[in-house]
Amino acid sequence: MAEQLKMTGIKKIFPGVVALDDVDFRLLPGEIHALMGENGAGKSTLIKVLTGVYDIDGGEIELAGERVRFTGPLQAQQAGISTVYQEVNLCPNLSVAENIFIGREPRKFGRIQWSETRKRAQASLARLDLDIDVTAQLDSYSLAIQQMVAIARATDVGTTKVLILDEPTSSLDASEVEQLFTIMRRLKADGVAILFVSHFLDQVYEIADRMTVLRNGRLIGEYRTDELPQMQLVSKMIGKELEALEQIEEHAKDTTAVERGTPIVEARELGRDGAIAPFSLTIHAGEVVGLAGLLGSGRTELARLLFGADRPDRGELLIDGKPHTVKAPRDAMAEGIAFSSENRRTEGIIGELTVRENMILAMQAARGWTRPIPRRKQDELVEQYIKALQIRPADPERLVRDLSGGNQQKVLLARWLITEPRLLIIDEPTRGIDVGAKAEIQRLVAQLADGGMAVLFVSAELEEVLRLSHKIEVLRDRRLVEELENGADVDADRIMQTIASGATT
Amino acid sequence: MIDVSTPPATGPQAQKRGGRRVYRPNTKHIPVLATLALLVVMYSIGVYNYESFGDTQVFLNIFVDNAFLLVVAVGMTFVILTGGIDLSVGAVIALTTTVAATLLAAGWPAGVVLPLVLLIGTVMGLGMGAVIHFFKVEPFIATLAGMFLARGLALLIDRNSIPITNDFWTQMAQKRFRFDDGVFISLNVVIAAIVVLIAAIVLAWTRFGRNVYAIGGNADSALLMGLPVGRTRIAVYTLSGFCASLGGVLYSFYTSSGYSLHGQGLELDAIAAVVIGGVLLTGGSGYVLGTVLGVMVLGLIQTIITFQGDLNSWWTRIVVGVLLFAFIVLQRLVTRKAK
Repeated sequence: MAEQLKMTGIKKIFPGVVALDDVDFRLLPGEIHALMGENGAGKSTLIKVLTGVYDIDGGEIELAGERVRFTGPLQAQQAGISTVYQEVNLCPNLSVAENIFIGREPRKFGRIQWSETRKRAQASLARLDLDIDVTAQLDSYSLAIQQMVAIARATDVGTTKVLILDEPTSSLDASEVEQLFTIMRRLKADGVAILFVSHFLDQVYEIADRMTVLRNGRLIGEYRTDELPQMQLVSKMIGKELEALEQIEEHAKDTTAVERGTPIVEARELGRDGAIAPFSLTIHAGEVVGLAGLLGSGRTELARLLFGADRPDRGELLIDGKPHTVKAPRDAMAEGIAFSSENRRTEGIIGELTVRENMILAMQAARGWTRPIPRRKQDELVEQYIKALQIRPADPERLVRDLSGGNQQKVLLARWLITEPRLLIIDEPTRGIDVGAKAEIQRLVAQLADGGMAVLFVSAELEEVLRLSHKIEVLRDRRLVEELENGADVDADRIMQTIASGATT
Repeated sequence: MIDVSTPPATGPQAQKRGGRRVYRPNTKHIPVLATLALLVVMYSIGVYNYESFGDTQVFLNIFVDNAFLLVVAVGMTFVILTGGIDLSVGAVIALTTTVAATLLAAGWPAGVVLPLVLLIGTVMGLGMGAVIHFFKVEPFIATLAGMFLARGLALLIDRNSIPITNDFWTQMAQKRFRFDDGVFISLNVVIAAIVVLIAAIVLAWTRFGRNVYAIGGNADSALLMGLPVGRTRIAVYTLSGFCASLGGVLYSFYTSSGYSLHGQGLELDAIAAVVIGGVLLTGGSGYVLGTVLGVMVLGLIQTIITFQGDLNSWWTRIVVGVLLFAFIVLQRLVTRKAK
């Protein structure tokens, strides 16, 4: 069958990052095609290229056999590519009918025919089995209805050849998702090619005919949904062969049992709408708790909640067994909780400052700016940690931006260690650093735990989590789905199963 | 997370969800209704307290004395509906009257001067709109610069008040439309009424008008929906510039003079009238009719203070300030309730 849309060798470069590298992608008429990959794999970039938001740096786009190149969303729309975004991109202050037709209202002598507009809006919503008051303001309806209105707008143009649904289900409940799927099937029967993006694997398997997997901006492959089991899909998305994952198990586990008294931190049904579903979790002194899950599964969100970087909507947080409200990172820091962020460039390291200045930042913040740390004390501390963490070059006055990624990460760690936290939350400490530095940081985490510090270790690499953690919390779809005591029976395969299947909720 | 075993719930459920909406007074209309109520109360107080306050002519004089403000406020309504602001309008009035008076004094024919001054204001608006759109400059800053520019130009041309003695101008200024019982309105009022009418039609029934609302609602969405955001935004400031210079022409009819210090602080009166008239300062909601009511409120305050006689005219400012504050709080409450 001839492709409705064919993209070949697509390349998109942002300063310092190749977001898409030689990616091929095709859509057949009358199919639902899922675009799969972790956050940062290049899905959004590909969609933005397709909808004309970004221009490409290489490659070709063919729509219904004709070569096209879009310079803006309007051109893409006119060519027959309609998009429904995750966030409803409509005007909340206008009526439903207007939102469907604005920009192409029926007119007579330049005057908008309102009754005609309403009639057509009613009809186009009726096609989606929706009968609502189209004169009402859009924001008087639920998000789900708004999403439907967005779809009505996208599909009303009779010429829609390609419909892109970017995470349309993230704000919908189960019955609303079904409703959406019914509409998708109908559009598919009408010959529309649908590109569907979702983090929910179950949904993808329910609705998609084929899927394309991206990883790190590269094409991994195109598969028929019924020929690719979920487990294999997950391993393709995160880039580890099943055999390789199994081998990790053979690594000796050097985690020893910890004595568990009163937990330092205990979360009871703590949750935040849209970030992470309510979860319960305990972290004891000397314990390493690992958070495992795909990117976007809610790992960072969970960590931020514990640190007070985000405010929880529900549940309670106990510190040393006593209820505690952590309103801001300051409160968490006062309780001895430290958080080393996953984005060391944007949220952690300040490149224009020296190693010394970066290291003492958190301690200084904890003391307050009116009580500067004496220079001699600074030098002492900094020297001590440079030695302990083997930071190279061992020069406290060097600008941090000149250090390698691994050493920057160590500086960031040192910043928090200087404050002598009781609980250290580290998010992706080993991302993007070389193997040697990785091993050192892992060793350090183990040492810290032996010394009595509690560590919440967040990592995309199951291997690491398995090697270091006493207890592993598995997350999927922004929900804590399983807690595993790390032992001989726990291996990467076991965790992957939980991540991939919907069974153990 | 998503339980896909739930039986598909399509049509009926959605219908029910839509149909469950109970009727409540449209939140969009609340600020306008509040202004109307305020107007009625103020008028009643005036009639009750002061002799001959209830004369029709007193009421009509509100429009006669504020026709220029009404025209300026209509332009401002468009700007504020997109979520922007135009601080240059008062200065544009000064520039318009000064240029008109100077050229007329130099013997230029009115038929040339009138279109020319309207063009000056329009082009200034176009320029500010272009700066705002192409250089992504905050409207506040761009129009502040426009304000300094226009006022400076006016002062450069002439520091003194210039009387206008041109025949056409005098005729226009003295033109009265009389009704049966002896009451009258000036030409200015008729012009302002036409401007209001056209603006109301444009906002309600043209794509340009609806795009103005869409941009005020969510400019990013409007762009993704494929609407001509840039073009509309520039057009809105151009329109405001035109309205300001037309207001300037009316002002020169009204005062028979051109003066570089005319219209000082008038931009704030116009913004106050628009906001009191129920247009949301963040954009996307409001009507021209509200603006008319807003101007009437300002005019009525002045009238009451004049009738009272022993009050300092600065009381106008104080009352406007209090009302403005009250209406902004009202807007906040109404939008919060709508959420």
